[in-house]
Amino acid sequence: MSDVLIPTSLDEALALLADDPELSPLAGGTDFMVEVNHGSRRPQRVLALRAVPELHGWHRDGDHVVIGAGCTYAAMEDPAFVALAPALAQAARTVGSPQIRNAGTIGGNLATASPAGDTLPVLMAQLAEVDVASTAGTRTMVVDELIVGVKRTVLAPDELITSIRIPAADGPQEFCKIGTRNAMVISTASVAVVLDRGAQRVGCGLGSVTAAPTRATQAEDHAAGAIDWARPTATGAEVAPRFGELAAAAAAPIDDHRSTAAYRSHAVGVMARRALERCLS
Amino acid sequence: MSTQSYRLHINGTDHDVAEGWVGESLLDVLRDRLGLPGAKNACEEGECGSCSVLVDGVLTCSCLVLAASAVGTEITTVEGLGADSELTDVQQAFIDAGAVQCGFCTPGLIVAIHDLLDRDPAPERLDVEEALSGNLCRCTGYGRILEAVDLAAARRGGAS
Repeated sequence: MSDVLIPTSLDEALALLADDPELSPLAGGTDFMVEVNHGSRRPQRVLALRAVPELHGWHRDGDHVVIGAGCTYAAMEDPAFVALAPALAQAARTVGSPQIRNAGTIGGNLATASPAGDTLPVLMAQLAEVDVASTAGTRTMVVDELIVGVKRTVLAPDELITSIRIPAADGPQEFCKIGTRNAMVISTASVAVVLDRGAQRVGCGLGSVTAAPTRATQAEDHAAGAIDWARPTATGAEVAPRFGELAAAAAAPIDDHRSTAAYRSHAVGVMARRALERCLS
Repeated sequence: MSTQSYRLHINGTDHDVAEGWVGESLLDVLRDRLGLPGAKNACEEGECGSCSVLVDGVLTCSCLVLAASAVGTEITTVEGLGADSELTDVQQAFIDAGAVQCGFCTPGLIVAIHDLLDRDPAPERLDVEEALSGNLCRCTGYGRILEAVDLAAARRGGAS
């Protein structure tokens, strides 16, 4: 048996994983191979997912968008995708470089579960549903049930993330990210704000400021109650500043090699306020 | 440590890789086993772009490709661009524009610029800067590299 398996269907991939749960699933490699190259991961056997067609691409499903776990960040720059999921497309475009966006996948972003994963605040703001499959069947969970800590998920060794389901945009959305430069940067802090006219809901996801991705629920409720949903504008000038304060209060950042807790809290507040202002302008 | 043998298709030719370590990157296989040192090894974490290659026509950092997972793909390195032993138009433009100083980043940039110009023969400056944002150069300040892209694009436009 080869050490690197390249299944060509989802059923084959799940069967291989069921037979040998010590197989390391490999998606785009942009996290996995960094760990291998730097010696912190020594894979014995690898399940390369690049040739599993069921994981590729995205499609519209009524009022929702279903994104294959193997959909690359570059594929999310497609104008048709941008129209349906503008905040997620913005987040995807801030990832790494063209080379990284050509390889990295949304399923990999979820499975790696880094606090700095760029798509995670958006998926949190949109209450994305994640399908997770094994030979025993498929279970669906909301993204905050999947990710439970720094690089920790509830995935069992024989499970694969297969797809992500989000509502198609029904209102303005914004994603903001701050880092030390414009290109090729790992997030210091990030914020996603999503207005859903149909549900009269505001979603606010925060990145790089908590161990697991989080929503600023008090900020969400504050804005949802203050917005004129007939034509999303705020009914009071204080809505966005207060929204920013409440978003900053939901952050629980740490000092690390990338930034300080104080700066991250400040940055999250500013970005949340700006993102809501842009949504309402 | 586990070992295996497999075959990669690179620049139109089959290459056998014997007893590879399972975690070996495509970059290491190209450079250390197959005598294709064009892709350069600097950061090994996708930051610098000096190891850029095309996998099935897609611009990728070869340091982030598990070599044995690339079985069945079409790999193109800087050595495989253009006709045998002749410079490509982008390489010639680099010489004419003086876009090479130490030269370490050059092969990765050449691959990235071919990828760009094959998709967009007349890119705007901002598109060029974004397309090359994953390729670090610490010598030139990028000015002459951008001039080389403009030169190659202008010559392609002139030839059509």
